[in-house]
Amino acid sequence: MSELHAETVPFVRETMLPPAPPPTQEAGAVRWLRTNLFSGPVNSALTILGLLIVWFLVNHFWNWFAHSVWNAGSLSECRQIIIDRWGEGSTGACWAVVRERWMQFTFGFYPSGLYWRPTMAFGLLFVALAPVLFSESRKIRRIVLLTAAVLTLSAMAVLGAPTHWFIFAAVIFIGATVIAEQNPGRLLIFSLLFPFLGVWWLWGGSLWGPIMALVGPVLGWVAYRLLGRFSPILAGIGMILVPLLWWIFLAGDAARDAENLASLAIPAVASDRFGGFLLSITIGLSGIALSLPLGIVLALARRSDMFLVKTLAVMFIEFIRGVPLIALLFVASLLLNYFMPPGTNFDIILRVIIMVTVFAAAYMAEVIRGGLAALPKGQYEAADALGLDYWKAQRLIILPQALKISIPGIVSTFIGMFKDTTLVTFVGLYDPLKSMSDAVRASTDWKGIYWEPYIFVGLIFFIICFGMSRYSMYLERRLQREHR
Amino acid sequence: MKKSIFLGTVAAATLTAGMGMADTLADVKARGELNCGVNTGLVGFAAPDANGNWTGFDVDVCKAVAAAVLGDPAKVKYVPTTGQTRFTALASGEVDVLARNSTWTFSRDTDLKLDFAGVNYYDGQGFMVSKDLGVTSAKELDGATVCIQTGTTTELNLADYFKANNMTYTPVNIDSNAEGEQQYMAGACDAYTTDASGLAATRAAFADPENHIILPEIISKEPLGPAVRHGDSNWGDIVRWTLYALIAAEEYGITSKNIEELAKSSQNPEVQRLLGTTDDLGAMIGLDKEWARRAIAASGNYGEIFAANIGEQTPIGLARGLNAQWTQGGLMYAMPFR
Repeated sequence: MSELHAETVPFVRETMLPPAPPPTQEAGAVRWLRTNLFSGPVNSALTILGLLIVWFLVNHFWNWFAHSVWNAGSLSECRQIIIDRWGEGSTGACWAVVRERWMQFTFGFYPSGLYWRPTMAFGLLFVALAPVLFSESRKIRRIVLLTAAVLTLSAMAVLGAPTHWFIFAAVIFIGATVIAEQNPGRLLIFSLLFPFLGVWWLWGGSLWGPIMALVGPVLGWVAYRLLGRFSPILAGIGMILVPLLWWIFLAGDAARDAENLASLAIPAVASDRFGGFLLSITIGLSGIALSLPLGIVLALARRSDMFLVKTLAVMFIEFIRGVPLIALLFVASLLLNYFMPPGTNFDIILRVIIMVTVFAAAYMAEVIRGGLAALPKGQYEAADALGLDYWKAQRLIILPQALKISIPGIVSTFIGMFKDTTLVTFVGLYDPLKSMSDAVRASTDWKGIYWEPYIFVGLIFFIICFGMSRYSMYLERRLQREHR
Repeated sequence: MKKSIFLGTVAAATLTAGMGMADTLADVKARGELNCGVNTGLVGFAAPDANGNWTGFDVDVCKAVAAAVLGDPAKVKYVPTTGQTRFTALASGEVDVLARNSTWTFSRDTDLKLDFAGVNYYDGQGFMVSKDLGVTSAKELDGATVCIQTGTTTELNLADYFKANNMTYTPVNIDSNAEGEQQYMAGACDAYTTDASGLAATRAAFADPENHIILPEIISKEPLGPAVRHGDSNWGDIVRWTLYALIAAEEYGITSKNIEELAKSSQNPEVQRLLGTTDDLGAMIGLDKEWARRAIAASGNYGEIFAANIGEQTPIGLARGLNAQWTQGGLMYAMPFR
């Protein structure tokens, strides 16, 4: 038996073969290169072309970067240092201009003793944004809040913020972190107050101005509740009209009287002191925060069944989209002056913010309309079948889905708008890219410098826009519901 | 056609605006601040430093006017204006005086309803070429590529000059001075043309200024000066005579250093009138007696302002040339203070 067996089965392997490494062509870097870079003749040719371009660029610019100078008082000094170090005829980047003027690129002509104020506003912005942008992930929220706290407080210490303001910011950060751990929804109160506080910190003056402005919506709410007993239409009109009347006729005097009674003023900073990234971020953020709700309203209006609402929305959107942003900015800065009574002082930054918001809102409306149109008709019908009224259907069923679909378009609009803030250079405001660079070049020390300010400002813009783009991808992933 | 309609609208609006607010002096005094339109940044003429303090040749005119009217050269709000916004900013009342290296031309004076108070710098358009090009005169530039800033009077002057001399050129359009320098340095054009003061400043900032020459031909007249709105002659007089006071001060040897001493001890009747020691000229333009003394003390006389901002001791290194006093063969000629 055993012999027979031994003849038919001459060899029985009792142990497993050790796994052999895959052939070199099918493993590791070689495989990656073969599949990704050299998978065929066309791909190989493109790879080689790409490498040549990279080599050309590096070859061209490497010396310039390698010869960077960070410490110099003027361009000629820079050039002297480069010649001393690397010999006659060598060229190099003179980043000393960024080192010397970077506060100006950041804050414009903001009084240097008050630099801590925009810094604090920017840091606390993240407290305001945390419950909105990172409402679901406790871990990310914690990281964002703690990072913002550490960076802001150290920046404030370096910039010489007064002790009581330093303590104020620290208390807000600590409080926000604690609240965010337990009930992040509560932080939304700070988010709602932040626009008013932010304006106060940036422009200064009396706190009573923002407080009295804040009274407007409160009065609107009161009017809504009181008039709501009689008729919903009346309530809606009252809700809009009462705050407007308050702002136009009473708020200013009320703020002045309150200020006289109990002064809550910090040094005021005029709009013409704003510049650089402070200006870009102020305009960009206000535009972003205002254009999204306005865009949603416009998109809904455009899809409305009511003829007048629809026509007005179409006219508005098509007019704004048909006109270049520069034209709107010129209207804001020049033409408005002719129509207003002489001596009226309508803040130029406010005018620009309004124009940028209106411009972005028109694009936003079309992006969101795309999202609304992409939604299957069944969703609308389902909402109707549930007996939801128009606003409830929009709020609970339609908009959450439509906005989710529109995220890439919305963020693209934001990014485009943020970059468009550099166009304010044409109305004499100091955007970081052109006006500020030109202002720096206009000093005799830095005349003749060209690429360095552009590269520096471009890099900062890239960081901000890339951050926005990554956030949008994170949001899309988080909101993915279909394939769970 | 379109342009003239637009300008007409601007003019009509200006007229109404001018009628509404004709007393600029009272406005400025009530405000306690002079709104002065300046360039957003031009080397030597107007530039903010790292702390946002403005300095420059045009800025000193603003300071002198503020000192004369408000008694303090620091009481100026500088409104940076671009080439596109400058005249509308003045016409709409956003600025009281425009000291922004603007050329005094017929259409600006009449159609745009500006009043030029005088000339604080006589400029003219020139050419800069690389020495390697082997050109010594603008007449030899036939067929050259020329870097030229669009939308400026220099663009029109260039076309006129080449046409008049029966030559051809290829324009390389640029947007700003900085871009022009970069294009010229990169060899995108054979010649770079702009105002001679700008060329000098540009050349001074090169790594190798010795390899570039500014050709001797000056092909245009660019009288640059402060401007005010039509319709308020008294305010125009104040700006004009403040400028003359600076120029006259140089002629009579009044400097920021010796002004107090001269105000007390000078026996020259013209100096006495100018500094308010004897006559009261200020009352005739709605100011006090010592207006000119303060204007001169602000940044010095015309010669001092020139030397401090754009003169030969500065990196820009401009010679006085046409801007010397009439006694030195230049064109600076203040009308008599009498």
